[in-house]
Amino acid sequence: MNIVECTDVNKTYQQGQVQIVALKDVSFCIETGAFVALAGPSGSGKTTLLNLIGGLDSADSGDITVDGNPFGQMSQSQLAKLRLYMVGFVFQAYNLIPVRSAAENVEFVMLLQRIPVSERKQRARAILDEVGLGGKYDRRPAQLSGGQQQRVAVARAIVSNPSIVLADEPTANLDSKTGKGLLEIMKKMNLEKQITFIFSTHDKMVMDYARRLILLQDGRLADDRVK
Amino acid sequence: MYLQLAWRNIWRNTRRTTVILVAVIIGIWSMILLGALMRGIAAGMIKNGISTLTGHLQIHHIGYRDDPAIETSMANPQMIENALTLVLPIESMWATRVRVNAVASNARHSSGVTLVGIDPLSEARVSFIGKAISKGRYLEQSDPNGILVGAALLDKFETKLGRKLVLMSQNTSGEIASRAFHIVGIFNAEMQATEKQFVFVTRPASQQMLNLGHGISEISVILPEKTDISAIISALKDALPQDQYEVHSWRELLPFQTAYLRILDGFIWIWYLVVFVAMGFGIVNTTLMAVFERMREFGLLKALGMNPWWILRAVLTESFLLLFSGMIIGNILAFLSIYLLSGIGIDLSAMAAGAEYAGMSRIIYPAIEFKDIMMANSIVMLLGLLVSAYPATKAARFMPVKALAHT
Repeated sequence: MNIVECTDVNKTYQQGQVQIVALKDVSFCIETGAFVALAGPSGSGKTTLLNLIGGLDSADSGDITVDGNPFGQMSQSQLAKLRLYMVGFVFQAYNLIPVRSAAENVEFVMLLQRIPVSERKQRARAILDEVGLGGKYDRRPAQLSGGQQQRVAVARAIVSNPSIVLADEPTANLDSKTGKGLLEIMKKMNLEKQITFIFSTHDKMVMDYARRLILLQDGRLADDRVK
Repeated sequence: MYLQLAWRNIWRNTRRTTVILVAVIIGIWSMILLGALMRGIAAGMIKNGISTLTGHLQIHHIGYRDDPAIETSMANPQMIENALTLVLPIESMWATRVRVNAVASNARHSSGVTLVGIDPLSEARVSFIGKAISKGRYLEQSDPNGILVGAALLDKFETKLGRKLVLMSQNTSGEIASRAFHIVGIFNAEMQATEKQFVFVTRPASQQMLNLGHGISEISVILPEKTDISAIISALKDALPQDQYEVHSWRELLPFQTAYLRILDGFIWIWYLVVFVAMGFGIVNTTLMAVFERMREFGLLKALGMNPWWILRAVLTESFLLLFSGMIIGNILAFLSIYLLSGIGIDLSAMAAGAEYAGMSRIIYPAIEFKDIMMANSIVMLLGLLVSAYPATKAARFMPVKALAHT
């Protein structure tokens, strides 16, 4: 069963007087439980495609469907609700809330979902334990290393059991050892919880971890292979 | 957790938050304190007016207020006093007076004054004079030659206690009547004009001098607190022959003070708005800066699934906490200032002439009114949230993908 379906997706940005084609007639499907890398050089359209799949941006033309929900027909509020319950995000720059502790950052999505406070706390601590941050619940982002912050971001993305996690170059700011550790965690979550992971990268090591590789070049789908 | 997050967020930039907090504190403090001082001025003016021979209401012969002459006096005060006994609440007090224009003179000076013939016992309960004697003594019931003179008039006449003062006025026959009195007491009043204007003798002495029989010029009434004055006036008008007597409330007798009271609320509103406009710009500016600084964070919150309304609410919650904290401290400081000033007041003696012209007391004591405190706090909170709605809406409208790309 496909969790993501993209059909003839086009996206163009206006930069001053110049039009930049970010995506051109991109079509593909991703099955539930996949561990997929969107690869390609800088400017190839990886981040744009992730943003479109996450409903953070809208396509100029074409259809995107996530778990049967057609984005083209959804309002901003509906998209926000879909992101809340079905999509988890991991960003290159971690993007944790600086005034919150690690546990509070993880709890935040569940707070928006109105999950009772006791359950929130218990689940947040459990998931932090799973990503190897046991005992660091009360540390604020500034008190954590880059790798630890990204693990908090992963914990935040998966804590509410979303259908899909979108990770935009999750290891780009990490050294290779820390990046490898993070990928192991993501792979473990993918296998144990059957959460679909789609991540953008131009890092060979990250590509090696993916079971499927979608290659983008100049906004077009250049290659799509299952390993 | 929302409140906790909002509280942490407002202290992310301590200096900026402190500046706006101080602005809110000063705003609230000045709103409440100035309101209390203006109410205090009004209360002082009314208190002065009422105790300076006005009372809560007065009864006169028809035409006396237009021409306060001996011809418009009331010949049968007993009938009026009977009506007062029937109509007024038990704790009410009244005093009958003879009040005519006269000329006071001694060997060196002469001046126009108002001769007030009083019943010493009842007058002491109704007006200021019973407690205003600074030198000498108060009038006694049978004191045919005693006169009370204001300190300012005494200075003007270059005379002193025990000396003679001659009063001249027109009697009921239309002739000039004169009589010599001995100064038995000197009084001090809130206003120098009062000290220069009024001289007090016993009512029988004035009636005898003016050949007035039992006639009087006015009856001044003090009512118990919270009495409905208009209801009493209406009952008195029904009880008295309307073609002979008229009844007026202090509002009609003190038109300047009444007008001041009417415009007081307007002044307070204008002051509140001036303070708020200054404060409002600060709030908008600070909140906008805070919102744009955290643009990336708002993009993240939206990406995580936060509804635009929740973001609006989050920013407004931060403004609420800032305003609420400022309000608490501002109120405490205002109450503390009012408490300190309520003991010593603000002494306007240095500009006594100007204050006196406006009918103000020499010392202003602040007077708190619950509605002013509520109004000041409500204005700051409601308008504060209203102006914060602009930056909050901006934050709610950020497109997540653009906000996340913001550096």
